[in-house]
Amino acid sequence: PALAGGADDDTLVVNGEIEMTTKADAPDHLEGALDQVISGWHFRSDETQQLQTDDFENQGMIFVDAAYDAWNTVEGTEEKSCASCHDSPEDSMEGVRAVYPKWNEEAGEVRTLAQQINACRTERMGAEPYGYTSGEMANMEALISVQSRGMPMNVAIDGPVRETWEQGKEMYYTRYGQLELACASCHEQNYGNYIRADHLSQGQTNGFPVYRLKNAKLNTTHARFKGCVRDTRAETFQPGSPEFVALELYVASRGNGLSVEAPSVRN
Amino acid sequence: MRRTAICTAALLAASAATAEPVEPTSVSYGEYGAVETSLSGNPGDPDRGREVFSTKSMGNCVSCHQVSGLDVPFQGEVGPMLDFVGEYRTPAELRGIVANAKNTFPETVMPSFYKTTGFIRPGDGFTGKAAEEPLPPLLSAQEIEDLVAFLMTLKDT
Ligand code: HEC
Ligand code: HEC
Ligand code: HEC
Repeated sequence: PALAGGADDDTLVVNGEIEMTTKADAPDHLEGALDQVISGWHFRSDETQQLQTDDFENQGMIFVDAAYDAWNTVEGTEEKSCASCHDSPEDSMEGVRAVYPKWNEEAGEVRTLAQQINACRTERMGAEPYGYTSGEMANMEALISVQSRGMPMNVAIDGPVRETWEQGKEMYYTRYGQLELACASCHEQNYGNYIRADHLSQGQTNGFPVYRLKNAKLNTTHARFKGCVRDTRAETFQPGSPEFVALELYVASRGNGLSVEAPSVRN
Repeated sequence: MRRTAICTAALLAASAATAEPVEPTSVSYGEYGAVETSLSGNPGDPDRGREVFSTKSMGNCVSCHQVSGLDVPFQGEVGPMLDFVGEYRTPAELRGIVANAKNTFPETVMPSFYKTTGFIRPGDGFTGKAAEEPLPPLLSAQEIEDLVAFLMTLKDT
């Protein structure tokens, strides 16, 4: 792939101290598909890239601050906050984002970070779940993700998650909708190319939730998936559905080795 | 004799102009995907074809292809540049490629513009909602003829 506008050679250092791995050897399971995995950051304009290098310029950090308040707010019938059980996010959430989605032994299912947040809210706090792609959810995901910034994505693909991972892989290569386009049609076969004004990336999830200049808020992984499926003139899947959970696991595993960048900045 | 011949030609032209379009499910593709006869029964209009090619709500071909002569910003690069495609492709080949490129290029990412059934999770346009097949084709028979006429003008002259 990659004609005119492939990935650039810039390097991403955040706040002058967090050195991000934005290009990495592809994980073994991508053999034959990709040699190198590349962060979506490389496909954005210099101006957009710049915004992600400094937390004072990264508008996504405002939403992280909002989530600190939510973290400490007592809610629900159990009269607890996240802090009641997890202390500070710095102490309890380091490294968490890098391994999600992951198997939850007790529940016997693959869980996304969003599902785990809602499980704690409903089962442990007696509180209402956040809407799956809501601002509250995106903000909380971002607060948790920030604790893993710079750490390599390291999602497990074997053992109990294998079946779900295979399902996600099959979806990745399925040509949905009247335009008959798969995730792979755009993000594997054509990354680096422009499709109209859009510079196609590899569609990695290591930057999520992402702050988009377009709507000036944090955007979740499943909202992005939904938009991409809709754009093939297909019937989308619901955010939080088993299908999108499987797809998220698979897509996240394609980014193994890339640094957690959330909240990243995109146009 | 001569008069009769002219009359027959005129008659043929007249009957062609009122012909029924070929249904998307009845198009006859050759071994390499070409379609010999006009889908609408009418000749194409290259000016309208240029509009279909360039307009987002119509063919939106510019999302993937570049044509230097077009005054359209942000032309895509997923497909090949088409500046001289009228030199080396016949109308029949172009008609087949636009109607259903997969008969010419198996596995291509280029969508099929005159196909109505056989999709996975077909949606109602860009709403994300489900739709029942048969779907309306992405382009009409006449729009495809207009595109073919436009593409045939893309020559190195
Ligand atoms: C009453 C206690 C309690 C409260 C309140 C609570 N949690 Fe939890 N949380 C737990 C326990 C126990 C676990 C680990 C067991 C499990 O995986 O279910 C956990 C696990 C997690 C994990 C996964 C960590 C990992 O390593 O996989 C995340 C993320 C999380 N909680 C976020 C939150 C957030 C955000 C809130 C508030 C909205 C919250 N929790 C509120 C008890 C709580
Ligand atoms: C028709 C082309 C197309 C298809 C098919 C497509 N996408 Fe996308 N996708 C885009 C465009 C355009 C963007 C925005 C620019 C970019 O990052 O590539 C995007 C962005 C993304 C991003 C955000 C990347 C980032 O770093 O911000 C993810 C994740 C993504 N897509 C996943 C998917 C998945 C999963 C599928 C399949 C269900 C899919 N896409 C199908 C066009 C497509
Ligand atoms: C999503 C991308 C995409 C769109 C949209 C698209 N094409 Fe294509 N097109 C391609 C690709 C890729 C090829 C190369 C064939 C292959 O896959 O090997 C191609 C090939 C062609 C060719 C053959 C070129 C040659 O050298 O023989 C023509 C003609 C063509 N397209 C016309 C069109 C027209 C007209 C439209 C709009 C009605 C259109 N395309 C829309 C991707 C696209």
